[in-house]
Amino acid sequence: MYSVLWEPMGDGKRVISLADNQALLWDLQESPTKATVSSTATLEGKGQLKFTSGKWSPHHNCSQLATANDTAIRGWDLRTMSQIYCVENAHGQLVRDLDFNPNRQYYLASCGDDCKVKFWDVRNVQEPVKTLEEHSHWVWSVRYNQSHDQLVLTASSDSRLILSNMVSISSEPFGHMVDDEELSEGEDNPQEEKVKEPLKDSVVSTYEEHEDSVYAAEWSSADPWLFASLSYDGRLVINRVPRALKYRILL
Amino acid sequence: MATNSGRRRKVHGMLKLYYGLDEEGKISEKSQSLDPCDINGPHFDPELYLNKLRRECSLAELMDQETCMVKQIRSLDSDMQTLVYENYNKFISATDTIRKMKNDFKKMEDEMDCLSANMAAITDFSANISGTLQDQHAQITKLSAVHTLLRKLQFLFELPARLNKCLELKAYAQAVSFHRRARCVLQQYSHLPSFKGIQDDCHAIMDMLAQELRQRFRDGGTSAKDLSECVELLLQLDEPAEELCDKFLSHARSRLEADLSLPSPTPNTDILEFIDRGCNEFVSSLCLVIASYQELFISHAQTGELASKNIPQMANRKLHVFVDDLAAQYFSLVERRIQEEKGVSDNSLLVRALDRFHRRLQAVSKLLPSSTVPNQGTEIVIRAATERVKQYLAALQSFYMDSLTDVRQALAAPRLSVAGGTGLPELLSILSASILNQIKSVLASVHLFTAKDITFSNKPYFKGEFCSQGVRESLVVNFIKFVCQSSRQFCESAGDKGGSTPPALLLLLSRLCLDFETSTISYILTLTDEQFLVQHHSPVTPVTILCTEAREAAQKLLNHYVKVQGLNISQMLRKSVETRDWVNTIEPRNVRAVMKRVVEDATSIDVQVGLLYEEGVRKPHSSDSSKRTFSVYSSSRQPVRYAASYTPSAPMDTNLLSNIHKLFSERIDIFSSVEFNKVSVMTGIIKISLKTFLECVRLRTFGRYGLQQIQVDCHYLQMYLWRFVSDENLVHFLLDEIVGSCAHRCLDPSPMEQSVIEVICERG
Repeated sequence: MYSVLWEPMGDGKRVISLADNQALLWDLQESPTKATVSSTATLEGKGQLKFTSGKWSPHHNCSQLATANDTAIRGWDLRTMSQIYCVENAHGQLVRDLDFNPNRQYYLASCGDDCKVKFWDVRNVQEPVKTLEEHSHWVWSVRYNQSHDQLVLTASSDSRLILSNMVSISSEPFGHMVDDEELSEGEDNPQEEKVKEPLKDSVVSTYEEHEDSVYAAEWSSADPWLFASLSYDGRLVINRVPRALKYRILL
Repeated sequence: MATNSGRRRKVHGMLKLYYGLDEEGKISEKSQSLDPCDINGPHFDPELYLNKLRRECSLAELMDQETCMVKQIRSLDSDMQTLVYENYNKFISATDTIRKMKNDFKKMEDEMDCLSANMAAITDFSANISGTLQDQHAQITKLSAVHTLLRKLQFLFELPARLNKCLELKAYAQAVSFHRRARCVLQQYSHLPSFKGIQDDCHAIMDMLAQELRQRFRDGGTSAKDLSECVELLLQLDEPAEELCDKFLSHARSRLEADLSLPSPTPNTDILEFIDRGCNEFVSSLCLVIASYQELFISHAQTGELASKNIPQMANRKLHVFVDDLAAQYFSLVERRIQEEKGVSDNSLLVRALDRFHRRLQAVSKLLPSSTVPNQGTEIVIRAATERVKQYLAALQSFYMDSLTDVRQALAAPRLSVAGGTGLPELLSILSASILNQIKSVLASVHLFTAKDITFSNKPYFKGEFCSQGVRESLVVNFIKFVCQSSRQFCESAGDKGGSTPPALLLLLSRLCLDFETSTISYILTLTDEQFLVQHHSPVTPVTILCTEAREAAQKLLNHYVKVQGLNISQMLRKSVETRDWVNTIEPRNVRAVMKRVVEDATSIDVQVGLLYEEGVRKPHSSDSSKRTFSVYSSSRQPVRYAASYTPSAPMDTNLLSNIHKLFSERIDIFSSVEFNKVSVMTGIIKISLKTFLECVRLRTFGRYGLQQIQVDCHYLQMYLWRFVSDENLVHFLLDEIVGSCAHRCLDPSPMEQSVIEVICERG
């Protein structure tokens, strides 16, 4: 068994578990203590294929699942348990983790053992939209910030945690746009067109407080500017997004 | 004798006096002394002198005086004789000349006498004649005037007949000249009926003549000479010059266009032949047309009675239009032909052809100074040169790619021993030498464009922009950039798509780029600058930028090489860890085959890199490197061994200790940039592999013997891998970590004895 995923929206009645080459969808509706398997999906192919990670897509009414096995990423439709898309050779080596962009329906981030983080548009799986190569060893986890999806956190076994600002593929490539109605009516100034240049993607900061490989990183669900990372030696480090960036995103 | 000697002395003295010389040969001012006893004076009297001597001097002095005098006499004698001998010839010729002069003067005198006699006779005769003819003088003049008038009238009366005859004989020029002579007179006396009749006849005949001339003109005539004759005559006959110009030009145009249309059907001719033919036929005929046109309409028209008609400007205009038009047609043909010229093997043919083309066009500019034709010709040459340079660049690029393919094949072929011809250093030297040679030969071919004997090499474009922009920038710099860029592409493309770039090729290319940076680029650019003296001030890429680019490419290639090799070894280690059942394994008897394979691979990579790169600097190692024990591990593991129960606090102690140890040791950068030496490269590769091993170990669960097997393996690795890296503590640290993580993941940690491990390793 590799992992257990809860349904992102809804009332928590459905769970997926990934085990070996099977993804099992459990239904908890009938009774709080018993779960029944409502459907399964099996990985077909030569050799011993195993799921290595998976993520439930929060879009499309929670009907999609993305899984990784070896170097391919597959998408599944949970209503029919069939494969929707397959990104072959997503990474040179093993794909370690996946994450969906909470604000854009078709965007997916993946990280792998080739030290790269790739962003995909699942409508066109031939080429990644963007590739990051900031780490110098395997990237173990990639996470989008749930409210501001330009902030992406990546943790790697080169003992570093990197926070990147992927503005160009986020839902706000031009920064925060002010709606016309929000301007006060009393203003006599003619409304100017706020033409901003798209901000550039960049690495916001690199956190090197860990002495060993960082295996997991997560955003806080209470405060969108707080995140934590865990490393092999048991150290948990909690950090904040730098203030300058926070104000730039907010204002 | 005394008087003789005295006289002689007088001569000598007079000689000296005369020349104003004394014994040293200097001219001295000697006043004339009036002393009669002065030997050198003009008033010398020997009697007085001798008396004086006898009176005043003693016998010895007299004797002395005598010897002295004798000596002087002798010397004077010899002087005189030498003078005479030397100037003997001159004396003789002087006498001859004087004799001749005397004779000549005598002759002249005689002639003068004769002349005066003749003059007297002539005067007499002329007086006679004017006397006799005085009366008839006026009559004679009158008669001769009437005679000339009659002759003219006769000419006029005979004019129509003569004109007819000329017409029959087709001696048009004569007819026109006759008519011209008579025209004014006829005009003046046209009120007289006889003259009128003649005039009408003449007009009729001249009209016919003009018709015929026009006909001939329209037919094109057989040669340009005929044509110009017609035109001249027609002009003299008051034809409107514009029409003539037009007709002349249109005839010339049709002929020239016929010339132009010939060369196109044969596509396989040499470009030199093509240009030759074009120049010889078209350009020379064009020049002839221009020259004759100018002579007829422009220069002739400026003299004579046509000067007032403003012909030259109009004619000039027409000529320019005509020339430009035809030249445009010719140029388009030439350009098309030049574009077909694709082969880059021999540049000299193209250069010679262009040179001839350009030179012939200069002839046009001499005839028509304000024409734009030569400039357009130069433009064509410039375009051809730039095109050629581009072709050379493409050829260089394809040559480079071909040589890379050859290198790849050589690497893929079963490798002979290192001493054989396909060892890496040999391949590298062959590759760089061939690239350099190719560049040199291309430069030599392109240099032909700027050779001294080419006419267009003096144009400002070729002196300046061609050298700096055309050759240096477009050709040389672009080629170097291309090499760097294609090397970079090897890094990118081979990654995800599982490309088959052999690692040896990456190593070779990185060394090639490094060599480029250190020496080759500056050498090539100095060569280019020497051959093409760059005088233009446009911005050129400095050598430093190119060198940085080359260095970056080399760095990238080397990093990629390290990654690829590291990946290979990591895959082996990973498979070995993931596919084995660690929980239920048996007690280790020997080192696993995988580890031996890893060490072999590391050694072969070390050898491979060592062929191309220098050794590098290593931290001095301690003497017992291979026998080092895992101090951290054993010290941290001690408490657990003696603890009876597995208390939760014990792992904390070990963790704490190991963490504290980690705080004080340097952190390892796994994928840092490698330097250009062997030790650094090997360190990078080994770091990657060991880190992979570590991560894989951390994901498995181990039984007791699993842990011991890992111990054995790590010890074996430590025995052999330390000598490849720059700092052996690195290897120790990583291996410690591996064993430590393994211990954490172990269900029943009971490590093996160090001595047993050593025995197993030495045996295996």
